[in-house]
Amino acid sequence: MNTQSDINQEIAAAAQQPGGPQPKIDYPPYRSSALRHPKQPLQLIDPESVELWAPAFGHRDVADDEADLTIQHAGTPLGERIVVTGRVLDGDGRPVANQLVEVWQANAAGRYRHQRDQHPAPHDPNFTGVGRMLTGPDGTYRFQTIKPGPYPWRNHLNAWRPAHIHFSLFGSDFTQRLITQMYFPGDPLFPYDPIYQSITDPKSRELLIAQYDHDLTTPEWNTGYRWDIVLTGTHRTPLDTEDNDS
Amino acid sequence: MSAVPGQTVGPFFHLGLAYPQMNELVPPAHPRAVRLHGRVTDGAGAPVPDAVIEIWQADPQGHVVRRPGSLRRDGWTFTGWGRAATDPDGFYSFATLEPAPTETGKPAFFAVTVFARGLLDRLFTRAYLPDDTDALAADPLLSTLGPQRRATLVTERSEQSLLFDIRLQGDGETVFLSYPRLRDAWA
Ligand SMILES: [Fe+3]
Repeated sequence: MNTQSDINQEIAAAAQQPGGPQPKIDYPPYRSSALRHPKQPLQLIDPESVELWAPAFGHRDVADDEADLTIQHAGTPLGERIVVTGRVLDGDGRPVANQLVEVWQANAAGRYRHQRDQHPAPHDPNFTGVGRMLTGPDGTYRFQTIKPGPYPWRNHLNAWRPAHIHFSLFGSDFTQRLITQMYFPGDPLFPYDPIYQSITDPKSRELLIAQYDHDLTTPEWNTGYRWDIVLTGTHRTPLDTEDNDS
Repeated sequence: MSAVPGQTVGPFFHLGLAYPQMNELVPPAHPRAVRLHGRVTDGAGAPVPDAVIEIWQADPQGHVVRRPGSLRRDGWTFTGWGRAATDPDGFYSFATLEPAPTETGKPAFFAVTVFARGLLDRLFTRAYLPDDTDALAADPLLSTLGPQRRATLVTERSEQSLLFDIRLQGDGETVFLSYPRLRDAWA
């Protein structure tokens, strides 16, 4: 198995080639990517038909309490209680209203409630680590949770993921679909993590880091992080977008 | 404004993304239900047991559906959107209705999104219905592709079944798509 210093060298080598704003899908330091990235260039086309629209979600899909990951069990989960909030905007700065946001994460000890997570850290009987919510009219999402812990994985010897929350988002058209990960400021694991470093442009990857926001704290209750999410631009005109909430 | 980069869906996505009947756009017993299904394989031809496939489609009248209800299926509302996780052998499957073209003379297709552990960003593709050969021949995407590449985007029909395999890499690699406003992707 490779060591962290092998991986660090590969990360440094990949960083020599200037990258774009997205992760390099062919990124050798992330071992599982080797056989799973297409080698042919993407085919550039104009979106048509359903590609100009995104699926609709509404209050029948998501209950209000799904945005609080700390009340899903009889007891209180262990860990640092936090609020995470921000706005979802499209590439032209328009709010993405009334769209689905799905989140999932490890518990405070770095363990997922998933049968394939074999990390011998404790499960928390009071924490599942799953939330859903709809964005408001101004694109705001907000949920209450526990700060996740870092966790080991088997990419290389002694590989650890920086603490993160997985996010799944829809825009107002199909082409804006995004699944990504939100990180916490100042994580000492950033330089060692091939998934984070697969975005070789430092300015772009820093867009994945939330900011601590003291205004989001509640006395004797929680601290808070703010993370705004900009999707790519929509292919529809603003006029199309207005009749979109039927 | 700079778009936030994607990241892999990771190995534990079932926790956050799976929900009951996510792959049943209609109940499988629906008289007009068709099974859209296939296998996801990697560059060595091995099954990908940890992929997520999403489809988004027009209804059988060629309308783009604007109705919620994909997460809480009521068995009656066709929303046009669904999600499936691959099984240990890489197979995925949807129960749905066949889409019709949204414009006359155009071929009908499912818009498809692919996520997987090991895949650092999502992939887009299309699964076309195989029947309308004239419309397929005139399609701006299909007509730019050689026969082998083109074949990766067209479903194979058998009784109540549309087969659409997805090869992430190598021999018979599926054609994946980019759109004008994503031009900077992975540069
Ligand atoms: Fe994770």
